[in-house]
Amino acid sequence: MCLAVPMKVVEVNNNTARVEVGGTHRTIGLDIIDPKPKIGEYVIVHAGFAINVIDEKEAQVILNDFREMLGDEFEAH
Amino acid sequence: MNLKHISEYRDKEICQKLVEKILKTSKKDIRLMEVCGTHTMSIARNGIRQLLPTNITLISGPGCPVCVTSQQEIDQFLKLTEYENVIITTFGDLMRVPGSHSCLQKERANGADIRVVYSTLDCLQIAENNPEKQVVFLGIGFETTAPTIAAAILEAKKRNLKNFSIISAHKLVPPALIALIENKNVAVNGFICPGHVSVIIGAKAYEPIAQNYRIPCVIAGFEPVDILQSIVMLVEQIERCRGEVEIAYKRGVTYEGNKKAREILYIIFKPTDANWRGLGMIPQSGLEFKEEFKDFDAMSRYNLLVEQVKEPKGCICGEVLSGIKTPFDCPHFGKACTPDEPIGPCMVSTEGTCAAYFKYNQ
Repeated sequence: MCLAVPMKVVEVNNNTARVEVGGTHRTIGLDIIDPKPKIGEYVIVHAGFAINVIDEKEAQVILNDFREMLGDEFEAH
Repeated sequence: MNLKHISEYRDKEICQKLVEKILKTSKKDIRLMEVCGTHTMSIARNGIRQLLPTNITLISGPGCPVCVTSQQEIDQFLKLTEYENVIITTFGDLMRVPGSHSCLQKERANGADIRVVYSTLDCLQIAENNPEKQVVFLGIGFETTAPTIAAAILEAKKRNLKNFSIISAHKLVPPALIALIENKNVAVNGFICPGHVSVIIGAKAYEPIAQNYRIPCVIAGFEPVDILQSIVMLVEQIERCRGEVEIAYKRGVTYEGNKKAREILYIIFKPTDANWRGLGMIPQSGLEFKEEFKDFDAMSRYNLLVEQVKEPKGCICGEVLSGIKTPFDCPHFGKACTPDEPIGPCMVSTEGTCAAYFKYNQ
């Protein structure tokens, strides 16, 4: 039930945003997120509200973690 | 979040390397508990149990909000159907959960006005469109969901909506983990902590567990690589006799969590003791309305007192939720209890442990 979907912000209004994923648009609440997301950013949406912003660069962090954790073994592949 | 990244989170070679790391590092017999319905499904779907050495047992904990909702709470939801002027709104997950005598789906077929919503904002719209009726939302969910409910209440107050209220049956995850650790029948050496709950509460919420009980807590994402990475981190901690909080889902979770969401949540609610299916009463593990928002509390608007009820006969959902038993230990599993004809909530919910075992035949 805690399922949440990353969606791209295409429009920001006062306390709501229009988001898009796979061609589908929705209006979501921005009540529980601070700072507010900007157009073009990705947000994780749960039950109609953005709960956090995902920076594309952050996705790279986890891959760097693997490199650190696995060391040469990771680089070998 | 481009496709390249997603594919890497599912990359077979990375998974294989992580499994090799686990095989190399893990010596002790350990039990790791995941506490998130989405993790339960991901572990089952990706066959992660089968990838691990026999000394590591993965058990499912109380990670599915629908499943941990007590039988008494389900009966209270159903009692609301006795009020004629009420539109009941709910997330779809609850519709088929059996109460003592019926379920919401049956009551809807019998004529009750029960509407499935995607968001509490939809409930506000329904309330505005039906000023002559009362709209009640069945509030279940963990720390991920509860702030969205609180935000809707603030919005309802702003719009001066008098015909909207909520039953608060929300649950808080960290107190349940502590209750499990203190339960002598449950043996857990490490927690795979939920991803989206932790987006809100932050890694710091698990510090009391790690520090006071020396049990490692690692927050995991949802892809197979995320989960295997969290297992590597747990194994490394356990082999070194450490109990720390770590994040294996850094693209989603921070140490501090979402402070704004918690602020909104605690404007409306305060912690209270709550009754969990299978785990019983756990101190300060639920949420009740603060005095100034009692007007939105459906429990004070309606008489929803129901008798203390027993779990369905023979159903072991309670022990499955505590990680004491697996669905295979249940005499009903796959026979009298299937996703089409569920007896207990762990088979009803798409992210329940029994449903996961049934679907992926584990």
